[in-house]
Amino acid sequence: MKNWYKILSVLLIFYTIFLGLLGSVPRLHILNETIRNVYYHVPIWFAMLFMMSISIWYAIKYLMSSNPNHETKSFNAAKVGFFFAIPGIITGCLWAKATWGTYWTFQDPKLNGVAIGILIYLAYFILRNSLTDELKRARISAVYNIFAYVMLIVFIMILPRLTDSLHPGNGGNPAFAKYDLDSNMRMVFYPAVIGWVMFSYWIFDIKNRIAKLKTTLND
Amino acid sequence: MIKKITLLIFLFTSILVNAQEPQMADGMRADGKIYTVIAVLCVIFGCIIAYLFRIERKVKKLEEELKNNASTSSATKTKQDQ
Repeated sequence: MKNWYKILSVLLIFYTIFLGLLGSVPRLHILNETIRNVYYHVPIWFAMLFMMSISIWYAIKYLMSSNPNHETKSFNAAKVGFFFAIPGIITGCLWAKATWGTYWTFQDPKLNGVAIGILIYLAYFILRNSLTDELKRARISAVYNIFAYVMLIVFIMILPRLTDSLHPGNGGNPAFAKYDLDSNMRMVFYPAVIGWVMFSYWIFDIKNRIAKLKTTLND
Repeated sequence: MIKKITLLIFLFTSILVNAQEPQMADGMRADGKIYTVIAVLCVIFGCIIAYLFRIERKVKKLEEELKNNASTSSATKTKQDQ
């Protein structure tokens, strides 16, 4: 049964829809009920990061093996990751409006980092689509992909932790540690992350199979 | 300077706000209407899942079709070779 993770992801996401809205959450000022966004907004970003990690994994695999299928997989993973970044940003904007009072602020290094990261991946798609020679395209995009991932990690994981950030858990902001202590929230948050990560892998799997069909048709 | 002012504002507002309990949607859960929201979310997510499963079935069908075509064409090829 190789489809077990698809069914598990569906069950986990339904579980988080139920318990995410019904479960008890800490009563905090300003956040109020929006604290429940932790179950939906954050796991989507985890799914995006997971897909970008798969993308760099296959890019390295391609450079080691020169098997063009690995490079196609790397490209597909980046596309799925990019797809998850869009709802991530929109939900983030809505949540920011409710709690920080603005949809977007350039004061927050994580928002800037994500914006730059997304532009880096957009450049990756443009670069890959602009090259026509197949071998060259695969090599250059795989190498660029590795740089893109390193930049993404620097911009969204490292830099926000070094300076002041409105996001919890960054720049000495203790809020995330506060929810981490709440075991009720942990019971929903971790399943949500696992569910969305598996869900992203499912979409990635379908994309790969379509790509494979296309290449066999072209041969 | 701006940081200090915002800190002061936060301190004052937090003193004012701390006087009452944080506002939570207790009433919404008490009268049971939250289940409607859950139902709506489940319908939306269920539709997305059903759609994904349908796409997957189509891909599977294409894969099998292509496999069959490949095997029959190779069979005819070997026949011709003989």
